[in-house]
Parts: sequence; C-alpha cells; structure tokens
Amino acid sequence: MKIDFKTLRADFPLLKQTNRGKPLVYLDNSATNQKPRCVIDAISHYYTHDNANIHRGVYELSERATREYEKTRVTIKSFINAKHAHEIVFVRGATEGINLVAQSYGRTHFKVLDEIMISTMEHHSNIVPWQMLADQVGANLRIIPITDDGEIDMDAYQKLFTERTKMVAIAHASNALGTVNPIKEMIRIAHTHDVPVLVDGAQAFPHMPVDVQDLDCDFYVFSSHKAYGPTGIGVLYGKEKLLESMPPYQGGGDMIESVTFAKTTYNKVPFRFEAGTPDIAGVIGFGVALAYLKNIGMDNIAAHEQELLNYATQKLSAIPELKIIGVAKNKVGVISFVLKDVHPHDIGTVLDAHGIAIRAGHHCAMPVMERFQLPATVRASFGLYNNTADIDALVTGLQEVQRIFK
Amino acid sequence: MAGLRELYQEVIVDHSKHPRNFGELDNPTFRKDGFNPLCGDKLTLTISENNNVIEQIRFQGCGCAISVASASLMSEALQGKSRTEINAIFHDFHQLVTQGHNTILEIRLGKLAILAGVAEYPARVKCATLAWHTLNAAITGDTKQVSTE
Ligand SMILES: Cc1ncc(COP(=O)(O)O)c(C=O)c1O
Repeated sequence: MKIDFKTLRADFPLLKQTNRGKPLVYLDNSATNQKPRCVIDAISHYYTHDNANIHRGVYELSERATREYEKTRVTIKSFINAKHAHEIVFVRGATEGINLVAQSYGRTHFKVLDEIMISTMEHHSNIVPWQMLADQVGANLRIIPITDDGEIDMDAYQKLFTERTKMVAIAHASNALGTVNPIKEMIRIAHTHDVPVLVDGAQAFPHMPVDVQDLDCDFYVFSSHKAYGPTGIGVLYGKEKLLESMPPYQGGGDMIESVTFAKTTYNKVPFRFEAGTPDIAGVIGFGVALAYLKNIGMDNIAAHEQELLNYATQKLSAIPELKIIGVAKNKVGVISFVLKDVHPHDIGTVLDAHGIAIRAGHHCAMPVMERFQLPATVRASFGLYNNTADIDALVTGLQEVQRIFK
Repeated sequence: MAGLRELYQEVIVDHSKHPRNFGELDNPTFRKDGFNPLCGDKLTLTISENNNVIEQIRFQGCGCAISVASASLMSEALQGKSRTEINAIFHDFHQLVTQGHNTILEIRLGKLAILAGVAEYPARVKCATLAWHTLNAAITGDTKQVSTE
C-alpha cells in the first residue's frame, strides 16, 4: 500500500500552530514526538467513559478499564513479536525499564568484579543505572568504543568479553548520532559467551519494524512518548525465563499474591513488576498510537524517514562550514551537526525565531560529545509527519544563522 | 524576528567573535570557574582587586555568543568599579535580562543594556548571566563551583 505521508500531517493537531509567529517546523522527534488526534481522543474518551482502577473492581466499569489496559499488552506483544503477552511489562519509560533490569536482575545476578558492557554512544539513561548498580555490587563498567563515523567498533567489542562479563546494554539506535547498531550480530556474539543483552530501543522502536524473537534480545525497552503515544508510559520486554528469575522492583499493590506481616508472596510476571496503580489512560492511549502506526506500516515509516534522512544529508552537506557528526552507514532519521564558529545554542535560538524546533546541546549523551571533542551539537530528527519542506525551512534558517554570524 | 535581530545585533556578535579582555592575569586576586551544563559553556575568570576596587578582569573559555559577549561586555564595564558599584550593576543587569526593557535600568547600565533582548529567550538567560554569577562568587569568596543549574 502506498501511503500519502503529506495527508498524515493533518492527523496531528499540534502541528497546525505557530512558533514565534512562524508556522511550526517540528524537528525534535528524538526528544518526543507529537500525538495524532486518535490518541488524544482515546485518552479523553477513557476519562469520560471508562475510568476505574484495574485488576480489582468487581463492577463492569473496572472490568472494562482492565480489559482495555490488558488489550494494549497484547497489541505490544504482536507489535514486537514477543512470544507471550506476559513478557510485556509496563513501566514509565525506557529509563525506568533500564533501572528495573539493573536493580532487579542486576542486583540479584551480579557480584564483585563482574562486568557490564555498554557503549560510548549510550544515552545517560543507559549509563547511569549501570553505574549505580556497579557501585552497589562492586561491578565494573566496560565501554565499547565507537569509530570516527559513529559506529560500534566491532573488533573491540568482541575483545571486551571476559568470563566476568554479565550483561551487554546497548542502544538499538543512538539519539545523538542516529547510528543504528548491528544489534542482531552483537546479541549473537554476546550469546556465544552466555551473556544476556538489554537493548535500549527508545530511538529505534518508533522508526522501524522490531522483532524481539528475531533479534533474540533478552530485554528490550522503549518509551511511548517517542512513538506518538502519551508521556509517562513505556515498555520493558523481557524473556519469560529471565523475568521469572527476577524479584520485584518496587513493592505495593497489585504486585502481590498475598500479604501478611510475616511474609508476602509475589504476584506472577508481569504484575510482579507493576506495583501500584499504573498510568491506565497512558497505556490505553499507547495502544491506540500503535494501532495508528500499524495501519501506516512500520516499513513505510522507515522508508519515508530514510528518504528524509537522505534528502537532509544531501542538503546540509552542501552548506559550507557545516559538519555532520555521525555518518554511520545505517542511520535513523537523526542528523547531528555543527557549524564552524557558531555555537549550537545560538543556532537553536535563531532557528527558533524562524519557527523551527530542533535540539541544541549534549543530547543526554555527554560521552559522545567528549568522543568528538565538542561541547554540543545541533540535532534535527524526523518523524512520520515531516516532509522535505521542513528540511528546506531548516536550510533557509541555517543560511540566516550564517548571515548573522558571518 | 525583531527580537532575534535585537538579540544578535552587531555589537553582540562582534564581542562574541572578538572578546575583549580575553586571557588570564598572572597574579590574580581571585580566580573562579563557571559552568553552564545546559550549553556546555565554561569560563575561567581572573580578577585583580585593590582597595575594594576591581582593577582588572580577564576571562577565558568557550561558549555560545551570548555568554562570551556578556563576559566581554561585563569585563569592560566593571573594571575600575568598587564592590558596591558592582553589586548595584549586577542587580540591574539581572533584572534587565530576566524582565526585559526598562528605560531607567537601560540608562543606568549604558552599553550593557544591549543584552536586554535576552529576556525574550528565557532559555538563554543563563548564558547571559554565567560570567556575572562567576564574578560574584569570585569576589564574595564562594568556594562552590559556579553552575547555572
Ligand atoms: C537512546 C535513548 N535511550 C533512552 C532514552 C530515555 O527515554 P525516556 O526519557 O523516555 O525514559 C532516550 C530519550 O531521549 C534515548 O534517546
């Protein structure tokens, strides 16, 4: 089916507004993306008609809320081709998913001098939870280096394995460079050493088809708000066997089987990890976002965004004194760049005045900035509703930047 | 767009490209680092003081145009001023860049008033005030690292 991406833009009410008096050109999709009308309506519908607490009411309303909530779990299971719906754990976002694995899996399975492998290009949320864990259990972090193009150094990766390696935690796609990592191959290699792999899919899940069984990853995390769904909700996928081996992350309601002051027994997976009342509306809204994406087709979205990436790479490369940071062969629609003698924050402010929303800064990936010896970069990142006119506006804005700072 | 042209007017761009008093003093009375984690702006101030008068200010570091221009303009404006005068100027300057145009403040601040346009861009106020907070910490003997966060 041929999708007309131009017409899809009309599904996103927020994009109709202006930014500092100019039509909004939203190119900060890696930070979060805008929501289609159907998602906004679903949340409003839920609070208007279906709101009740889940998994506990004996009345129809609560059963309906529970059914809608659990339906999303099944939607996600099919979306990423997990084997079982109970391998889908609802969390607040990719960040909480990683913290959950670090604290629940890591604290019970790692000991002094064990090693956790992450890469130079990780988002802080795939660094700090492991650092905290390493401090708690006396483990060490091992860092997989990246090349000047912004790709994983695969030789170095293979050589980093020791008998103490207990986990590899790696981004599927980098938010700072756009690099798509060869995670299937990396997982295969890790498994030859019997090491489980957590994949941070925050920047990949919204932009390409993901099949967790094909990848054979042990954990996969992502956030709804970067995939056209509401904020405050995300997913931890974990293989059944691993989730079963993990103690609860937080204590509270819903995660228990029975409680006495002498002893509490825990609920089964995934409820064991979902203490307290979750973001029910968020989960339901996310289910609607996924149905929306499925209808368009992740393959189509990936192809559309690759076209934008190619167009933007070509246009930006033609700007004198502009340097693209991260030129991996396989990238998502993310372009980080710097302009000679103009600080990214000044570029951001000038673009803002032209209605263009981009990100300027270290993108929560300070080790990447250090690797490339830069204080910051400018980042444009694309979503399904962007088109070449957005990129043309960016180019015009950058020409204005160069005029001001000539 | 008027706001943009005001923010990046020629004097500011000029000071950012050719900062005045750039460098380090050999025997400073005070030395202080300032850091803006949001932008990655970093600067080091060296200051010489004599009889409660700030005689010389030098700064070094890297940052966005607003933070460099502000440090440069500050160094020009404050050399030769007493601590009391500096306090008053800092107070006026802070009010101007956070609240925007104000004729009385602008008259009192003179050349420094060209940074008034920053007020329209709240995310950039930290850039404009980094050097000032650093100077304030240096002369009041605050030993914590200056960070705008
Ligand atoms: C690669 C990557 N991982 C993790 C995260 C964290 O996502 P969240 O803040 O939604 O938990 C982000 C967000 O920017 C990201 O880009």
